[in-house]
Amino acid sequence: MKLFVSEGNPHCLKVLAALDVSGVQCSVQFVNHEEKVVPFLSRPALPALLLPSGQFLFSSNAICRYLFELNGHESSESCNQWLEWEATVLQPALLRAFHVAVLQGKRSEVTQVLKGPLNFFDQSLSKGNLPYITGEELSLADVVLWAALHPVLSEATLVSDEHKSVRTWFDRVAALHSCQSAAQKVLQGKGLQAMKSFMQRQPAPQSSQCRDSPPCNSNPAECEEGERAVSEEEMAAAALTWSKGLNTCSPVTAKPHPILPQEGRRNILVTSALPYVNNVPHLGNIIGCVLSADVFSRYGRLRGWNLLFVCGTDEYGTATENKAREEGLTPQQICDKYHAVHSSIYKWFQIDFDFFGRTTTEKQTEIAQNIFWRLQKNGYLVEDTVEQLRCESCQRFLADRFVEGVCPHCSYPEARGDQCDKCGRLINAVELREPQCKVCKQTPVIRTSKHLFLDLPKLETQLEQWLDESTSTGDWTANAKQITRSWLRDGLKPRCITRDLQWGTPVPHPDFKEKVFYVWFDAPIGYLSITANYTNEWEKWWKNPHQVELYNFMAKDNVPFHSVVFPCSLLGAQDNYTLVNHLVATEYLNYEDTKFSKSRGVGVFGDMAKDTGIPSDVWRFYLLYVRPEGQDSAFSWADMALKNNSELLNNLGNFINRAGMFVTKFFEGCVPAMELQQEDKKLLAMVGWELKQYLQLMDKVKIRDALKHILNISRHGNQYIQVNEPWKRIKGGDSERQRAGTVTGVSVNIACLLSVMLLPYMPAVSQTIRDQLNAPPSCVNTMLQGSGTFVCALSAGHRIGAVSPLFQKLEADHIESLKKRFGGQQPEDEPSNKKTTQQSAAGSQPAAAPAPAVAVEATPVVGADPEKAKQLAKAVTEQGDKVRALKAQKAEKDVITTEVSKLLELKKQLALAEGKSPEPAPQKGKKK
Amino acid sequence: MALRELSSLEKYLGLKKPNKYSTQGDKKNNNGPPLVGLVTIACHLVKEAKRPELLGDTAENRAVVQQWLEFRVTKLDGCTKEDIKTILKDLNVYLQDKVYLAGNKFTLADSLVYFGIHPLLVDLAVQEKEQYLNVARWFDHIQHRPGVRHHLPPLVVLRNRIYTGRHH
Repeated sequence: MKLFVSEGNPHCLKVLAALDVSGVQCSVQFVNHEEKVVPFLSRPALPALLLPSGQFLFSSNAICRYLFELNGHESSESCNQWLEWEATVLQPALLRAFHVAVLQGKRSEVTQVLKGPLNFFDQSLSKGNLPYITGEELSLADVVLWAALHPVLSEATLVSDEHKSVRTWFDRVAALHSCQSAAQKVLQGKGLQAMKSFMQRQPAPQSSQCRDSPPCNSNPAECEEGERAVSEEEMAAAALTWSKGLNTCSPVTAKPHPILPQEGRRNILVTSALPYVNNVPHLGNIIGCVLSADVFSRYGRLRGWNLLFVCGTDEYGTATENKAREEGLTPQQICDKYHAVHSSIYKWFQIDFDFFGRTTTEKQTEIAQNIFWRLQKNGYLVEDTVEQLRCESCQRFLADRFVEGVCPHCSYPEARGDQCDKCGRLINAVELREPQCKVCKQTPVIRTSKHLFLDLPKLETQLEQWLDESTSTGDWTANAKQITRSWLRDGLKPRCITRDLQWGTPVPHPDFKEKVFYVWFDAPIGYLSITANYTNEWEKWWKNPHQVELYNFMAKDNVPFHSVVFPCSLLGAQDNYTLVNHLVATEYLNYEDTKFSKSRGVGVFGDMAKDTGIPSDVWRFYLLYVRPEGQDSAFSWADMALKNNSELLNNLGNFINRAGMFVTKFFEGCVPAMELQQEDKKLLAMVGWELKQYLQLMDKVKIRDALKHILNISRHGNQYIQVNEPWKRIKGGDSERQRAGTVTGVSVNIACLLSVMLLPYMPAVSQTIRDQLNAPPSCVNTMLQGSGTFVCALSAGHRIGAVSPLFQKLEADHIESLKKRFGGQQPEDEPSNKKTTQQSAAGSQPAAAPAPAVAVEATPVVGADPEKAKQLAKAVTEQGDKVRALKAQKAEKDVITTEVSKLLELKKQLALAEGKSPEPAPQKGKKK
Repeated sequence: MALRELSSLEKYLGLKKPNKYSTQGDKKNNNGPPLVGLVTIACHLVKEAKRPELLGDTAENRAVVQQWLEFRVTKLDGCTKEDIKTILKDLNVYLQDKVYLAGNKFTLADSLVYFGIHPLLVDLAVQEKEQYLNVARWFDHIQHRPGVRHHLPPLVVLRNRIYTGRHH
């Protein structure tokens, strides 16, 4: 029998104490946290007990119980009950407590986290009034609970002193020699801090994960809360703010370039992940980085922050070399060509970069080589030889993606050098059987080549220290924290930073001539060099962590390079670099229900968006509305049309247009006098609350959630107009007319507020609204200050401009044709009757795809058709079985409904084929 | 949920007088204080039914049974979506050379882990379930054992040629 434990792991306290108390003979082995002891578990699980039979126990309570049983102490039911309570109630709370205390440094929160379980435990002890938990004698329950609570209770002042019975009991058990020696072995007198490296490798406790990412399963506008109660105080405060009028302070002026950090201001540096030059970005790329960063930058400027937004194309690497070969150009020509493509796409999407640069510049070489030499000097680079495939006829080493061969695992003949498409396993290119150069089809040879590696393990402690600080003080999205944590949990390994290529930043070291930097090392340095191309004083941004806050925007696949690898390069360089404070990562955007694919022609790519005839602002709106924030989401044409028609046209546009039209039609284009009544003040308070939510969410870069509050305001506004009917009151007596005036005046001012809140999302529409309202420029930087100030920006007598509709309806046939155009050639992968019945069930909708000719689909004939009836009867039986099976499995209601409607449709056709008159089947078509 | 499991277990054990449970899952024990906790109550019921072999016939097997009971309430209950794959993968490796979870006989561990894993499998497509062949085999075996399944619907975990592609 053998017990495996690790230092700093609180669960090991239990088993060591239990082992000592029970007196069982068993050898103990201390291993690393990461050691895989139990062969069938994929994550390390300690403590673990190897039984004589060769089986493993891997839960601490099961181990303790067994040790006691060996010693003849079978645990009582009451003891079992406490063990179960410990495992299911106390442990989750403790895990959260350790998490906040050890990793987040918030020791003050521990008492609160543990309050529930400790109260319960305290009451039980005081009710029983016995020296030990289950009676007069020490039992396993005492040992287990003592060990569980030791890390928090032995630390002075960590948990408040209110649980007297727990304290008395704890001190009694803690006095046992077995307990003391176990505590010494596991925590070595270092208390909670001894658990740090253990905790860093644990998945974050669930409830805190939930807090990080509130569920956003539904679209923003669809998760409506009920009507919020508005208090008298709120109304009074809102009315007071309203009366303040506009700041007389200077309106937003043109940005004075170069923008540099300023003393006493919030200095914010925003980067968007650098798009790779040889691909045309698709919608997912656009929402993932540049568009999200653009919205936040525009918002930040409105908030009055001193902000610089840089981005550029990432141009070095194998893929560019290859593209150049394909198109018969030089890599530089390829980069020039595609850099222009990117620029024009982002221009069309109105991405307001302060500077959009590229990585193939002198500055890049200068800064990358400087960082390299510093890493070298500080001892963070190590040398190693690597086996690589070299094609003698092409005279070059082959990058993974330039080799194909037979998969060593599944014998798939067209496996790539990095991964097999069939079995999905990762492959080392030299393992491929019968490798072939993809360019010339010759067989490459294995050569060794000397390379430099960044010594990540050596930088790990520094990195963890910085990460603790950055993730606890900055706004990191939940996925960014999770991905980073899992990288650290798996342990860091040295990473190769050099490559045998020509198209890259040359390695300046004489032993590594003819090599260039690996793109992952080189590309993030692009942020620095692009800034350096913008201003010579770039170091004021990049070597100024005390004055500058850095936001990185990206899709989640880019997280490890920004949270682990690049920070290690900068930390190792020891040059006071600005490291990321806020890492904002999106999930993935899918296209309809599939992935974007250039090769299959599926999806909308940046350069095509403008050919759709849909305005750039509407594209921006919809992409931000479905921004994959917290979870994957999907772009859908039908949904885009729906959101355009329902939210933009009928809600937002309708409200703004009505407010403006009332002023024009009823008040000769001049804002009428306003006498605020209770109802108006209530509306102001509601609008003020939405504005506050918007600001709070935007400050935390919850771009999609914030959009919901803009739409809520116009919803409130529409209701307000609907209830007060100014178009009727204007025809009434004086007081009625005055009421119409107040409602119109308040509404048009809300429209003005909306234009400001919309600015980050839809800059052109926002400007159009202000032009139509002839709004004073200073409204832009008045309303978004502090927690929001909704002032009366258009006071009585203000003359507005000409009002016209802001949005156009997206018609179903237009959308259908776009869907068809961008759908690609999707393979008919479901030749069964499933698809056809679905289409017939969809009934009223025009079918986009040509209907496959299957018997079931044929036009129902009048009169009997025995052959067809036979087929249909079979289909009805099959469909009926399917529905029954689904019901038995308690499938989702929607799914069942869809299948039932298919069944009804089939029955109807069967009736027709049999020459009977069909029963009127309810039309429950599945509409997407 | 836990209540239905316990009553299924009672039926399986053939306990004549159904016990009373409160919604907290605690059992009014006739000769002692009330008990709380799924595993605690389940073990109690097994003892009451005089079926100690269901808790394992040797000290080692008893420990393994307790191990999987603890696994059920700490790892299966409340697991996240990401955990599911790891859990099934690990269990699949474990069950590679086993018929039951502990030893060569059916135990309480099989029953409670089966109850706990049922909701995880319900949501998987057949193709996904097929990745965990050993789990599927064990699961199918347990769900067809007379008297175990009770309150849960049977799941199709193993496909054979009778089922053609279009049903799934």
